[in-house]
Amino acid sequence: MAWLKKLVGAVIVLGAAAAGASWVLSAPVRLDAGTVADLGPGDAARGKRIFYAGGCTSCHARPGAQGDARLELVGGLELKTPFGTFVPPNISQDRKDGIGAWSEADFANAMLKGVSPSGEHFYPAFPYASYARMKPADIADLYAFMKTLPAVAGKAPDHRLSFPFTIRRGIGLWKLVYLSPEPVIALPEGAPDKVLAGRYLVEGPGHCGECHTPRDFAGGVRKSDWLAGAVAAEGSGVVPNITPDGKGVKDWSEADIANYLETGFTPDFDSVGGAMVDVQRNIAQLTADDREAIAAYLKAVPPHPNGYPARKPAS
Amino acid sequence: MRKLVIAISLLAFAGSAYADPIKGRQALMKERGKLAGQISKVVKGETPFDTAAVLDALKALQANAEKFDVDTLFPAGSDKGDTTAAPKIWEDMAGFKTAEDKFLADTKAAVASPPADVDALKAQLNTLGGDCGTCHQTYRIKKS
Repeated sequence: MAWLKKLVGAVIVLGAAAAGASWVLSAPVRLDAGTVADLGPGDAARGKRIFYAGGCTSCHARPGAQGDARLELVGGLELKTPFGTFVPPNISQDRKDGIGAWSEADFANAMLKGVSPSGEHFYPAFPYASYARMKPADIADLYAFMKTLPAVAGKAPDHRLSFPFTIRRGIGLWKLVYLSPEPVIALPEGAPDKVLAGRYLVEGPGHCGECHTPRDFAGGVRKSDWLAGAVAAEGSGVVPNITPDGKGVKDWSEADIANYLETGFTPDFDSVGGAMVDVQRNIAQLTADDREAIAAYLKAVPPHPNGYPARKPAS
Repeated sequence: MRKLVIAISLLAFAGSAYADPIKGRQALMKERGKLAGQISKVVKGETPFDTAAVLDALKALQANAEKFDVDTLFPAGSDKGDTTAAPKIWEDMAGFKTAEDKFLADTKAAVASPPADVDALKAQLNTLGGDCGTCHQTYRIKKS
Protein backbone atom coordinates (compact mmCIF):
# COMPACT_ATOMS: atom_id res chain seq x y z
CA MET A 1 0.00 0.00 0.00
CA ALA A 2 3.03 2.22 -0.07
CA TRP A 3 2.06 3.37 -3.56
CA LEU A 4 -1.32 4.56 -2.27
CA LYS A 5 0.33 6.58 0.46
CA LYS A 6 2.61 8.10 -2.13
CA LEU A 7 -0.35 8.94 -4.35
CA VAL A 8 -2.28 10.53 -1.53
CA GLY A 9 0.82 12.43 -0.52
CA ALA A 10 1.32 13.65 -4.09
CA VAL A 11 -2.29 14.76 -4.35
CA ILE A 12 -2.05 16.66 -1.10
CA VAL A 13 1.20 18.34 -2.13
CA LEU A 14 -0.18 19.26 -5.56
CA GLY A 15 -3.45 20.46 -4.05
CA ALA A 16 -1.63 22.62 -1.55
CA ALA A 17 0.60 23.99 -4.29
CA ALA A 18 -2.44 24.81 -6.43
CA ALA A 19 -4.19 26.45 -3.49
CA GLY A 20 -1.04 28.41 -2.68
CA ALA A 21 -0.64 29.47 -6.30
CA SER A 22 -4.29 30.53 -6.46
CA TRP A 23 -3.82 32.54 -3.32
CA VAL A 24 -0.82 34.32 -4.76
CA LEU A 25 -2.40 34.78 -8.20
CA SER A 26 -5.66 36.10 -6.78
CA ALA A 27 -3.98 38.87 -4.78
CA PRO A 28 -5.25 42.38 -5.55
CA VAL A 29 -2.77 44.22 -7.79
CA ARG A 30 -2.50 47.98 -7.51
CA LEU A 31 -1.25 50.46 -10.10
CA ASP A 32 2.50 50.85 -10.31
CA ALA A 33 4.08 54.00 -8.89
CA GLY A 34 4.81 55.37 -12.36
CA THR A 35 1.15 55.36 -13.41
CA VAL A 36 0.11 56.96 -10.14
CA ALA A 37 2.73 59.69 -10.59
CA ASP A 38 1.45 60.29 -14.14
CA LEU A 39 -2.09 61.01 -12.94
CA GLY A 40 -1.26 64.63 -12.18
CA PRO A 41 -3.80 67.21 -11.10
CA GLY A 42 -7.14 66.79 -12.84
CA ASP A 43 -9.38 69.41 -14.41
CA ALA A 44 -13.01 69.33 -13.21
CA ALA A 45 -14.41 70.99 -16.34
CA ARG A 46 -12.89 68.31 -18.56
CA GLY A 47 -13.90 65.65 -16.06
CA LYS A 48 -17.58 66.46 -16.54
CA ARG A 49 -17.41 65.02 -20.06
CA ILE A 50 -15.79 61.84 -18.74
CA PHE A 51 -18.43 61.60 -16.02
CA TYR A 52 -21.20 61.53 -18.62
CA ALA A 53 -19.27 59.27 -20.97
CA GLY A 54 -18.80 56.87 -18.05
CA GLY A 55 -22.47 56.93 -17.10
CA CYS A 56 -21.63 56.84 -13.38
CA THR A 57 -24.98 58.31 -12.43
CA SER A 58 -26.99 55.60 -14.23
CA CYS A 59 -26.07 53.10 -11.52
CA HIS A 60 -24.99 55.24 -8.57
CA ALA A 61 -27.82 57.80 -8.38
CA ARG A 62 -30.76 57.01 -6.17
CA PRO A 63 -33.08 54.74 -8.21
CA GLY A 64 -35.51 56.80 -10.27
CA ALA A 65 -33.72 60.10 -9.60
CA GLN A 66 -34.32 62.84 -12.18
CA GLY A 67 -32.66 66.18 -12.92
CA ASP A 68 -30.03 67.45 -10.46
CA ALA A 69 -30.78 64.58 -8.09
CA ARG A 70 -28.86 62.40 -10.56
CA LEU A 71 -25.69 64.05 -9.25
CA GLU A 72 -26.35 62.71 -5.74
CA LEU A 73 -24.44 59.45 -6.03
CA VAL A 74 -25.80 57.77 -2.95
CA GLY A 75 -26.22 54.30 -4.56
CA GLY A 76 -28.91 51.77 -3.76
CA LEU A 77 -30.03 50.54 -7.19
CA GLU A 78 -30.51 46.76 -7.36
CA LEU A 79 -28.90 44.90 -10.26
CA LYS A 80 -30.42 41.43 -10.29
CA THR A 81 -28.08 39.05 -12.11
CA PRO A 82 -27.57 35.27 -12.31
CA PHE A 83 -24.81 35.67 -9.69
CA GLY A 84 -27.06 37.43 -7.21
CA THR A 85 -28.10 41.02 -6.56
CA PHE A 86 -25.46 43.72 -6.81
CA VAL A 87 -26.10 47.06 -5.14
CA PRO A 88 -23.98 49.97 -6.40
CA PRO A 89 -22.53 51.75 -3.35
CA ASN A 90 -22.49 55.40 -2.30
CA ILE A 91 -19.77 57.17 -4.33
CA SER A 92 -20.77 60.68 -3.29
CA GLN A 93 -18.27 62.92 -1.55
CA ASP A 94 -19.47 61.91 1.90
CA ARG A 95 -16.28 61.10 3.83
CA LYS A 96 -17.80 58.29 5.84
CA ASP A 97 -20.40 56.64 3.57
CA GLY A 98 -19.05 57.71 0.18
CA ILE A 99 -15.63 58.24 -1.37
CA GLY A 100 -14.96 61.76 -0.06
CA ALA A 101 -11.90 60.51 1.84
CA TRP A 102 -10.34 58.76 -1.17
CA SER A 103 -7.08 60.03 -2.62
CA GLU A 104 -6.65 60.37 -6.36
CA ALA A 105 -4.54 57.19 -6.29
CA ASP A 106 -7.32 55.33 -4.44
CA PHE A 107 -9.75 56.43 -7.12
CA ALA A 108 -7.43 55.40 -9.96
CA ASN A 109 -6.88 51.98 -8.39
CA ALA A 110 -10.63 51.47 -8.22
CA MET A 111 -11.22 52.56 -11.82
CA LEU A 112 -8.25 50.91 -13.52
CA LYS A 113 -7.55 47.90 -11.28
CA GLY A 114 -10.84 47.24 -9.50
CA VAL A 115 -9.11 47.43 -6.09
CA SER A 116 -10.55 49.27 -3.09
CA PRO A 117 -8.50 51.53 -0.80
CA SER A 118 -8.48 48.73 1.81
CA GLY A 119 -7.04 46.33 -0.77
CA GLU A 120 -10.12 44.26 -1.63
CA HIS A 121 -11.30 43.33 -5.09
CA PHE A 122 -14.43 45.07 -6.35
CA TYR A 123 -16.98 42.90 -8.12
CA PRO A 124 -16.85 43.47 -11.87
CA ALA A 125 -20.51 44.57 -11.86
CA PHE A 126 -18.59 47.84 -11.43
CA PRO A 127 -17.36 47.89 -15.04
CA TYR A 128 -13.65 48.42 -14.36
CA ALA A 129 -12.88 45.77 -16.98
CA SER A 130 -13.87 48.55 -19.43
CA TYR A 131 -12.55 51.49 -17.39
CA ALA A 132 -9.13 49.75 -17.34
CA ARG A 133 -8.76 51.00 -20.94
CA MET A 134 -9.05 54.66 -19.87
CA LYS A 135 -6.25 57.20 -20.01
CA PRO A 136 -4.84 58.10 -16.58
CA ALA A 137 -5.32 61.80 -17.43
CA ASP A 138 -9.06 61.20 -17.87
CA ILE A 139 -9.20 59.42 -14.52
CA ALA A 140 -7.58 62.46 -12.91
CA ASP A 141 -10.09 64.80 -14.57
CA LEU A 142 -12.99 62.61 -13.49
CA TYR A 143 -11.67 62.58 -9.91
CA ALA A 144 -11.53 66.40 -9.97
CA PHE A 145 -15.12 66.61 -11.28
CA MET A 146 -16.46 64.16 -8.71
CA LYS A 147 -14.93 66.37 -6.00
CA THR A 148 -17.41 69.09 -7.09
CA LEU A 149 -20.45 66.83 -6.51
CA PRO A 150 -22.46 66.83 -3.27
CA ALA A 151 -21.71 64.70 -0.22
CA VAL A 152 -24.75 62.58 0.61
CA ALA A 153 -24.86 60.45 3.75
CA GLY A 154 -26.26 56.93 3.73
CA LYS A 155 -24.83 53.48 3.11
CA ALA A 156 -26.37 51.38 0.36
CA PRO A 157 -27.23 47.80 1.38
CA ASP A 158 -24.64 45.07 0.78
CA HIS A 159 -24.61 42.87 -2.32
CA ARG A 160 -26.65 39.70 -1.92
CA LEU A 161 -24.78 36.96 -3.75
CA SER A 162 -24.78 33.20 -3.78
CA PHE A 163 -21.76 30.98 -3.03
CA PRO A 164 -19.06 30.82 -4.44
CA PHE A 165 -19.42 34.39 -5.69
CA THR A 166 -19.33 35.55 -2.08
CA ILE A 167 -15.56 34.91 -2.08
CA ARG A 168 -14.09 38.20 -3.21
CA ARG A 169 -10.60 36.79 -3.47
CA GLY A 170 -11.75 34.67 -6.40
CA ILE A 171 -12.14 37.85 -8.45
CA GLY A 172 -8.35 38.00 -8.57
CA LEU A 173 -8.34 34.93 -10.82
CA TRP A 174 -11.15 36.44 -12.91
CA LYS A 175 -9.04 39.54 -13.41
CA LEU A 176 -6.12 37.48 -14.74
CA VAL A 177 -8.36 36.39 -17.60
CA TYR A 178 -10.54 39.44 -18.23
CA LEU A 179 -8.75 42.57 -17.05
CA SER A 180 -6.54 44.25 -19.63
CA PRO A 181 -5.89 47.81 -20.73
CA GLU A 182 -5.58 46.64 -24.36
CA PRO A 183 -8.27 47.67 -26.88
CA VAL A 184 -10.76 44.94 -27.81
CA ILE A 185 -10.81 45.67 -31.53
CA ALA A 186 -7.41 45.94 -33.20
CA LEU A 187 -7.95 48.61 -35.84
CA PRO A 188 -5.82 48.62 -38.99
CA GLU A 189 -2.78 50.86 -39.26
CA GLY A 190 -3.86 54.33 -40.36
CA ALA A 191 -7.44 54.01 -39.06
CA PRO A 192 -9.05 57.48 -38.99
CA ASP A 193 -8.67 59.47 -35.77
CA LYS A 194 -12.44 59.60 -35.50
CA VAL A 195 -12.69 55.80 -35.35
CA LEU A 196 -9.88 55.64 -32.78
CA ALA A 197 -11.61 58.28 -30.65
CA GLY A 198 -14.85 56.30 -30.91
CA ARG A 199 -13.09 53.10 -29.92
CA TYR A 200 -11.78 54.79 -26.80
CA LEU A 201 -15.22 56.11 -25.82
CA VAL A 202 -17.08 52.86 -26.53
CA GLU A 203 -14.55 50.35 -25.15
CA GLY A 204 -13.32 52.50 -22.26
CA PRO A 205 -15.45 54.99 -20.33
CA GLY A 206 -18.67 54.26 -22.26
CA HIS A 207 -18.41 50.55 -21.31
CA CYS A 208 -20.99 49.73 -24.02
CA GLY A 209 -19.71 46.16 -24.30
CA GLU A 210 -20.72 45.38 -20.73
CA CYS A 211 -24.37 45.12 -21.78
CA HIS A 212 -24.18 44.73 -25.57
CA THR A 213 -21.79 41.75 -25.55
CA PRO A 214 -22.76 38.24 -24.40
CA ARG A 215 -20.93 36.82 -21.39
CA ASP A 216 -19.34 33.45 -20.80
CA PHE A 217 -19.95 31.09 -17.85
CA ALA A 218 -17.62 33.11 -15.63
CA GLY A 219 -19.33 36.40 -16.41
CA GLY A 220 -16.56 37.74 -18.65
CA VAL A 221 -17.52 39.37 -21.93
CA ARG A 222 -17.00 37.16 -25.00
CA LYS A 223 -14.75 39.39 -27.06
CA SER A 224 -15.26 37.12 -30.10
CA ASP A 225 -18.89 38.33 -30.10
CA TRP A 226 -18.08 41.95 -29.34
CA LEU A 227 -21.24 44.12 -29.31
CA ALA A 228 -23.31 41.30 -30.86
CA GLY A 229 -26.14 41.83 -28.39
CA ALA A 230 -27.00 39.71 -25.37
CA VAL A 231 -29.69 38.51 -23.07
CA ALA A 232 -29.93 41.31 -20.52
CA ALA A 233 -27.49 40.58 -17.66
CA GLU A 234 -29.89 42.25 -15.25
CA GLY A 235 -33.60 42.74 -15.62
CA SER A 236 -35.37 41.12 -18.58
CA GLY A 237 -35.43 41.21 -22.37
CA VAL A 238 -32.47 41.47 -24.70
CA VAL A 239 -29.86 44.12 -25.39
CA PRO A 240 -29.58 44.62 -29.15
CA ASN A 241 -26.82 43.68 -31.54
CA ILE A 242 -25.08 46.95 -32.47
CA THR A 243 -22.49 45.56 -34.86
CA PRO A 244 -23.00 46.45 -38.54
CA ASP A 245 -25.01 43.19 -38.90
CA GLY A 246 -27.45 44.06 -36.11
CA LYS A 247 -30.98 43.90 -37.49
CA GLY A 248 -31.98 47.10 -35.69
CA VAL A 249 -29.05 49.24 -36.82
CA LYS A 250 -28.06 47.75 -40.19
CA ASP A 251 -29.73 50.52 -42.16
CA TRP A 252 -28.65 53.35 -39.88
CA SER A 253 -26.12 55.83 -41.24
CA GLU A 254 -23.43 57.28 -38.98
CA ALA A 255 -25.55 60.43 -38.82
CA ASP A 256 -28.54 58.33 -37.71
CA ILE A 257 -26.51 56.79 -34.86
CA ALA A 258 -25.21 60.20 -33.75
CA ASN A 259 -28.72 61.65 -33.89
CA TYR A 260 -30.14 58.76 -31.87
CA LEU A 261 -27.51 59.32 -29.19
CA GLU A 262 -28.34 63.03 -29.14
CA THR A 263 -32.15 62.98 -29.30
CA GLY A 264 -33.24 59.46 -28.36
CA PHE A 265 -35.09 58.98 -31.66
CA THR A 266 -34.33 56.12 -34.05
CA PRO A 267 -34.37 56.92 -37.80
CA ASP A 268 -37.97 55.63 -38.02
CA PHE A 269 -38.92 57.64 -34.93
CA ASP A 270 -39.26 54.95 -32.42
CA SER A 271 -37.72 56.15 -29.16
CA VAL A 272 -34.93 54.92 -26.94
CA GLY A 273 -36.12 52.55 -24.21
CA GLY A 274 -35.08 50.45 -21.24
CA ALA A 275 -31.69 50.92 -19.61
CA MET A 276 -30.53 52.77 -22.75
CA VAL A 277 -32.65 55.80 -21.79
CA ASP A 278 -30.20 56.86 -19.08
CA VAL A 279 -27.26 56.04 -21.33
CA GLN A 280 -28.64 58.19 -24.15
CA ARG A 281 -29.29 61.10 -21.78
CA ASN A 282 -25.70 60.89 -20.60
CA ILE A 283 -24.26 60.66 -24.11
CA ALA A 284 -26.41 63.65 -25.13
CA GLN A 285 -24.20 65.66 -22.73
CA LEU A 286 -21.07 64.93 -24.77
CA THR A 287 -19.98 66.90 -27.82
CA ALA A 288 -21.28 66.30 -31.34
CA ASP A 289 -17.73 65.18 -32.24
CA ASP A 290 -17.87 62.51 -29.54
CA ARG A 291 -21.17 61.14 -30.84
CA GLU A 292 -19.88 61.11 -34.41
CA ALA A 293 -16.77 59.26 -33.24
CA ILE A 294 -18.89 56.60 -31.51
CA ALA A 295 -20.93 56.22 -34.70
CA ALA A 296 -17.82 55.88 -36.85
CA TYR A 297 -16.41 53.18 -34.57
CA LEU A 298 -19.68 51.22 -34.53
CA LYS A 299 -19.58 51.14 -38.32
CA ALA A 300 -15.96 49.89 -38.19
CA VAL A 301 -16.34 46.94 -35.78
CA PRO A 302 -16.56 43.38 -37.18
CA PRO A 303 -20.15 42.34 -37.97
CA HIS A 304 -21.60 39.44 -35.92
CA PRO A 305 -24.89 37.55 -35.87
CA ASN A 306 -27.01 38.13 -32.77
CA GLY A 307 -25.34 37.12 -29.52
CA TYR A 308 -28.65 35.97 -28.04
CA PRO A 309 -31.06 33.16 -28.96
CA ALA A 310 -33.96 33.83 -31.36
CA ARG A 311 -37.18 34.83 -29.71
CA LYS A 312 -39.62 32.01 -29.04
CA PRO A 313 -42.86 32.34 -31.03
CA ALA A 314 -45.48 34.28 -29.10
CA SER A 315 -47.78 32.01 -27.15
CA MET B 1 -81.81 34.09 -42.80
CA ARG B 2 -82.66 35.82 -39.55
CA LYS B 3 -80.11 33.66 -37.78
CA LEU B 4 -77.47 34.66 -40.29
CA VAL B 5 -78.20 38.35 -39.80
CA ILE B 6 -77.98 37.93 -36.06
CA ALA B 7 -74.74 36.02 -36.38
CA ILE B 8 -73.21 38.69 -38.62
CA SER B 9 -74.27 41.52 -36.35
CA LEU B 10 -72.93 39.63 -33.33
CA LEU B 11 -69.62 39.20 -35.10
CA ALA B 12 -69.54 42.86 -36.07
CA PHE B 13 -70.32 43.82 -32.49
CA ALA B 14 -67.61 41.56 -31.16
CA GLY B 15 -65.24 43.04 -33.73
CA SER B 16 -65.74 46.61 -32.59
CA ALA B 17 -65.91 46.01 -28.85
CA TYR B 18 -63.05 43.54 -28.66
CA ALA B 19 -60.80 44.86 -31.41
CA ASP B 20 -57.29 43.65 -30.71
CA PRO B 21 -55.97 46.05 -28.06
CA ILE B 22 -52.37 45.20 -28.92
CA LYS B 23 -52.84 46.23 -32.55
CA GLY B 24 -54.78 49.31 -31.43
CA ARG B 25 -52.08 50.64 -29.15
CA GLN B 26 -49.35 49.78 -31.63
CA ALA B 27 -51.13 51.80 -34.34
CA LEU B 28 -51.33 54.83 -32.06
CA MET B 29 -47.65 54.50 -31.14
CA LYS B 30 -46.71 54.23 -34.83
CA GLU B 31 -48.66 57.40 -35.55
CA ARG B 32 -46.89 59.17 -32.70
CA GLY B 33 -43.55 58.21 -34.17
CA LYS B 34 -44.57 59.49 -37.59
CA LEU B 35 -45.63 62.84 -36.16
CA ALA B 36 -42.45 63.12 -34.09
CA GLY B 37 -40.59 62.39 -37.33
CA GLN B 38 -42.32 65.26 -39.14
CA ILE B 39 -41.38 67.64 -36.33
CA SER B 40 -37.85 66.32 -36.15
CA LYS B 41 -37.30 66.95 -39.85
CA VAL B 42 -38.08 70.61 -39.24
CA VAL B 43 -35.76 70.74 -36.23
CA LYS B 44 -32.96 69.21 -38.30
CA GLY B 45 -33.62 71.70 -41.11
CA GLU B 46 -34.65 69.02 -43.60
CA THR B 47 -38.05 70.64 -44.10
CA PRO B 48 -38.60 74.40 -43.77
CA PHE B 49 -40.26 75.80 -40.66
CA ASP B 50 -43.92 76.48 -41.39
CA THR B 51 -45.97 77.73 -38.46
CA ALA B 52 -49.24 76.21 -39.63
CA ALA B 53 -47.80 72.81 -40.55
CA VAL B 54 -45.95 72.57 -37.23
CA LEU B 55 -49.09 73.46 -35.30
CA ASP B 56 -51.03 70.81 -37.25
CA ALA B 57 -48.47 68.17 -36.27
CA LEU B 58 -48.62 69.21 -32.62
CA LYS B 59 -52.43 69.16 -32.68
CA ALA B 60 -52.33 65.69 -34.20
CA LEU B 61 -50.03 64.57 -31.37
CA GLN B 62 -52.50 65.94 -28.83
CA ALA B 63 -55.39 64.15 -30.56
CA ASN B 64 -53.36 60.96 -30.56
CA ALA B 65 -52.64 61.31 -26.83
CA GLU B 66 -56.33 61.90 -26.14
CA LYS B 67 -57.24 58.71 -28.00
CA PHE B 68 -54.75 56.74 -25.94
CA ASP B 69 -57.16 55.29 -23.41
CA VAL B 70 -55.08 53.09 -21.15
CA ASP B 71 -57.98 51.07 -19.74
CA THR B 72 -59.21 50.05 -23.20
CA LEU B 73 -55.79 49.57 -24.79
CA PHE B 74 -54.10 47.71 -21.93
CA PRO B 75 -56.77 45.35 -20.54
CA ALA B 76 -55.64 42.62 -18.15
CA GLY B 77 -54.13 39.73 -20.11
CA SER B 78 -52.91 41.84 -23.03
CA ASP B 79 -49.33 41.46 -21.81
CA LYS B 80 -49.33 38.13 -23.71
CA GLY B 81 -48.83 37.89 -27.43
CA ASP B 82 -46.87 39.88 -29.95
CA THR B 83 -46.20 42.84 -27.69
CA THR B 84 -43.27 44.67 -26.16
CA ALA B 85 -45.41 46.01 -23.32
CA ALA B 86 -43.63 45.28 -20.05
CA PRO B 87 -45.41 43.40 -17.23
CA LYS B 88 -44.55 46.46 -15.15
CA ILE B 89 -47.52 48.25 -16.78
CA TRP B 90 -49.97 46.00 -14.97
CA GLU B 91 -47.93 45.97 -11.77
CA ASP B 92 -47.86 49.76 -11.66
CA MET B 93 -50.89 50.94 -13.62
CA ALA B 94 -50.95 54.25 -11.72
CA GLY B 95 -47.34 55.03 -12.66
CA PHE B 96 -48.00 54.10 -16.27
CA LYS B 97 -51.03 56.40 -16.43
CA THR B 98 -49.05 59.23 -14.84
CA ALA B 99 -46.42 58.93 -17.56
CA GLU B 100 -49.10 58.95 -20.26
CA ASP B 101 -50.87 61.92 -18.64
CA LYS B 102 -47.62 63.87 -18.66
CA PHE B 103 -47.30 63.30 -22.40
CA LEU B 104 -50.87 64.50 -22.95
CA ALA B 105 -50.28 67.59 -20.79
CA ASP B 106 -47.05 68.37 -22.68
CA THR B 107 -48.79 68.11 -26.07
CA LYS B 108 -51.54 70.44 -24.82
CA ALA B 109 -48.93 72.93 -23.57
CA ALA B 110 -47.19 72.81 -26.95
CA VAL B 111 -50.43 73.45 -28.85
CA ALA B 112 -51.37 76.25 -26.43
CA SER B 113 -48.10 78.11 -27.07
CA PRO B 114 -47.23 77.31 -30.69
CA PRO B 115 -43.50 77.59 -31.38
CA ALA B 116 -42.47 80.75 -33.23
CA ASP B 117 -39.19 79.39 -34.53
CA VAL B 118 -37.07 76.27 -34.89
CA ASP B 119 -35.38 76.74 -31.51
CA ALA B 120 -38.70 76.89 -29.69
CA LEU B 121 -39.86 73.79 -31.58
CA LYS B 122 -36.62 72.01 -30.70
CA ALA B 123 -37.23 72.65 -27.00
CA GLN B 124 -40.74 71.25 -27.32
CA LEU B 125 -39.55 68.18 -29.20
CA ASN B 126 -36.96 67.58 -26.46
CA THR B 127 -39.72 67.62 -23.85
CA LEU B 128 -42.00 65.33 -25.83
CA GLY B 129 -39.16 63.00 -26.85
CA GLY B 130 -38.10 62.88 -23.20
CA ASP B 131 -41.60 61.67 -22.35
CA CYS B 132 -41.26 58.86 -24.91
CA GLY B 133 -37.99 57.76 -23.32
CA THR B 134 -39.19 58.01 -19.73
CA CYS B 135 -42.14 55.75 -20.45
CA HIS B 136 -40.19 53.29 -22.62
CA GLN B 137 -37.48 53.07 -19.98
CA THR B 138 -39.81 51.32 -17.56
CA TYR B 139 -42.84 50.09 -19.45
CA ARG B 140 -41.45 48.52 -22.60
CA ILE B 141 -39.23 45.46 -23.05
CA LYS B 142 -37.60 44.66 -26.35
CA LYS B 143 -37.38 40.92 -26.79
CA SER B 144 -35.72 40.60 -30.19
